[in-house]
Amino acid sequence: MMKKRNGKILAAFLSSIVMGISLPAGAAAESESPANVPEVTLRVCNWEEYIDLGGWDEEEAIDLDSGDIIGVNSMVEDFETWYYETYGIRVHVEYSTFGTNEDLYNMLTLGDVYDLVCPSEYMIMKLMAQGRLVPLSESFFDTEDENNYYMNGVSPYIRSIFAENEINGEAWGKYAAGYMWGITGIVYNPELVSEEDASSWRILDDPAYYRQVTIKDNVRDSYFAAVGALKSELLTSQEFLEDPDYSRRLEEEMNDTSPETIALVQDYLQDVKKNAYSFETDSGKADMVTGKVAANYQWSGDAVYTMDQADEDDFTLAFAVPQESTNIYFDGWVMLKSGIGNDAAKQHAAEAFINFNSRPDNVIRNMYYIGYTSVISGGEDERIFEYADWCYGADEEEEEVIDYDISYFFTEEEGSGDYIITAPAEQSNRQLSAQYPSQEAIARSSIMVYFDDEQNEAINQMWISVRCFNIYDVPVWAWIVIVCVIAVLAVFMLRNAKRRR
Amino acid sequence: MGKISFSRKSLGIPYALFLVLFVVAPLFVLIYYAFTNGQGQLTLANLTGFFANPNTLGTLCYSFAVSVTTTAVCLLLAYPTAYILAKSRLKAKSVIVMIFIMPMWINFSLRITALKEILTLIEGNLAYYPFANAVIGMTYDFLPFMILPIYNTIVKLDEPLLEAARDLGASEAEAFLKITLPLSVPGIVSGIAMVFLPAMTNYVVLDMLYNSTYIMGSLIGSYFAAYNWNGGSMIALILLVIICLFTLLTRGAEEEENPRGGALL
Repeated sequence: MMKKRNGKILAAFLSSIVMGISLPAGAAAESESPANVPEVTLRVCNWEEYIDLGGWDEEEAIDLDSGDIIGVNSMVEDFETWYYETYGIRVHVEYSTFGTNEDLYNMLTLGDVYDLVCPSEYMIMKLMAQGRLVPLSESFFDTEDENNYYMNGVSPYIRSIFAENEINGEAWGKYAAGYMWGITGIVYNPELVSEEDASSWRILDDPAYYRQVTIKDNVRDSYFAAVGALKSELLTSQEFLEDPDYSRRLEEEMNDTSPETIALVQDYLQDVKKNAYSFETDSGKADMVTGKVAANYQWSGDAVYTMDQADEDDFTLAFAVPQESTNIYFDGWVMLKSGIGNDAAKQHAAEAFINFNSRPDNVIRNMYYIGYTSVISGGEDERIFEYADWCYGADEEEEEVIDYDISYFFTEEEGSGDYIITAPAEQSNRQLSAQYPSQEAIARSSIMVYFDDEQNEAINQMWISVRCFNIYDVPVWAWIVIVCVIAVLAVFMLRNAKRRR
Repeated sequence: MGKISFSRKSLGIPYALFLVLFVVAPLFVLIYYAFTNGQGQLTLANLTGFFANPNTLGTLCYSFAVSVTTTAVCLLLAYPTAYILAKSRLKAKSVIVMIFIMPMWINFSLRITALKEILTLIEGNLAYYPFANAVIGMTYDFLPFMILPIYNTIVKLDEPLLEAARDLGASEAEAFLKITLPLSVPGIVSGIAMVFLPAMTNYVVLDMLYNSTYIMGSLIGSYFAAYNWNGGSMIALILLVIICLFTLLTRGAEEEENPRGGALL
């Protein structure tokens, strides 16, 4: 498909050169048969390795009771086929990837055009605040339409978050459809670190773990952890926890960007820099598995991956959610004005892409491939819970088991008791606890809001200062050496100059 | 059809085009951003901001420290190596030179990853010695760039000069100090230029070896990541000026010492 398109453009280009300039470029395309020509081109930009690319072995098939699930083709190809079969329209997806939210933002600012992108919640809020997004259409919210897998399948817990959180008076859910979600926590080696130590952000500057803990190399995650550590006493106090307004107060405390707090965070992070093993984005997983570090600040999806990798080497790692608070985060699909414009056909394809990725079997494929947790719980369709049980449910011969309740995610009815996984006891602080955090962990989760430009500037400057070398830290002996070197060089050059004369 | 006139000069057109598009034009964009603020107004705030901030100045110092140490270590390792190589009567000399260049054929990040494992093995915990690791990593990376130019100048030295010195009664050491060393200065200078400048900005080595302190390269990157293109551009520009000054200085030394050239740069 791609080749043909390029060929066409080239042909049009060449012919316009050969025939002079006035030939309309469309003339060259006329001979193409309409059936093969994509009617809609959808430009999607997603995180790297964040969608099923297919090509599974048959052994890899997920054998649920309700049937096998396997990724033969890539999700994007399957979407193109499905869209044609369902709506009779050929769609061509130009799929590209980005590395960080900031990269994506810079790409958009520099004029790259995409129709559908998948940034994290704070970047969604930034784009919303700048009015760069197209709201989801009314038909997207129509639960009667059985092809609307997103609205019919999204977890009630996630839906309420997307409805309650607003920016400039508009709910996230008006513009964004969730994709994956997770929390932050600490992956640790239980032989070296006690669960208690790992359950506090203060492990980051704990001298007992000098050069043994890694921290995330980005300002938002570091800021959150530092605030958690600084306010540890308050956040874990009985009085605070029993406050009837607990959730709101927690969110307020964790998003505190007063100048005093920023200054404290800077001092704290400077200590962390002196104490931690490294700031990392990606390498922490490997360092954890190879035993270079004892604990690692991690996103839950990567935590699952890290523990899986370690299991393969018969090396047991665990996951802890800090007692102070944990940052709940989302990646979600949003449509850009610069790409979609007023093109209804394009918008339809974009929304269909979201829905197709929310179809329970596709959700399972993506989750299996990526390791993160989808925001989709499946609604009437039980397969996603079945998959969770398939992953983590205990074998019959397992002796110590626990009942792990994740009803909050799967249903609105409280205490329904239908969504309990009987898992091996160790799973309470292993993969399961990262994939579907426990109710208690969720209770102390806080989103990190979108900071306005002024706050952002202050925090970014704080971060740069943390990472820089302060000139006042240059030791006296170094100054002496510098002065001596300069003096020697000056004398040398003067002598040279004299000799030349 | 008339004859197409084709002079040797037209061979330079593709490169000139490349230069204009990818060097000169971006430079103007850089200068524009460096002297404007977020709203597009002219300002010197970025410049004064750089020199008023103890953190950016400190980073400049730290970069210098890493870079100077790396260059010194490279020079200490490279000069004897190049000297021995150039003076050896081995027929397989070019093979040995090849061995020194060969690491450059392997992807650089792969080599640093391997180095990371080795250093972990030696040091126990990589994070104990961030500065030393940065210097070791960069030395590992840039050593061939120091060896080659020095080797080239020593190999081209006039042997009769040394013979004359010996005939006139100079000892080996004297001959080395008075003839070989001064005449190999151009090689040393271009070696220094090729190591010192990249070492100022090559933050990938520091990142991969877990040095959490920024050097100039990562500092510029962090400004861009924080959407502060203006501040980032100014730092890039300041670095460019430093590099220009440095190049001018070394150029001067090179020409003065050896009007015939013979160095790599």
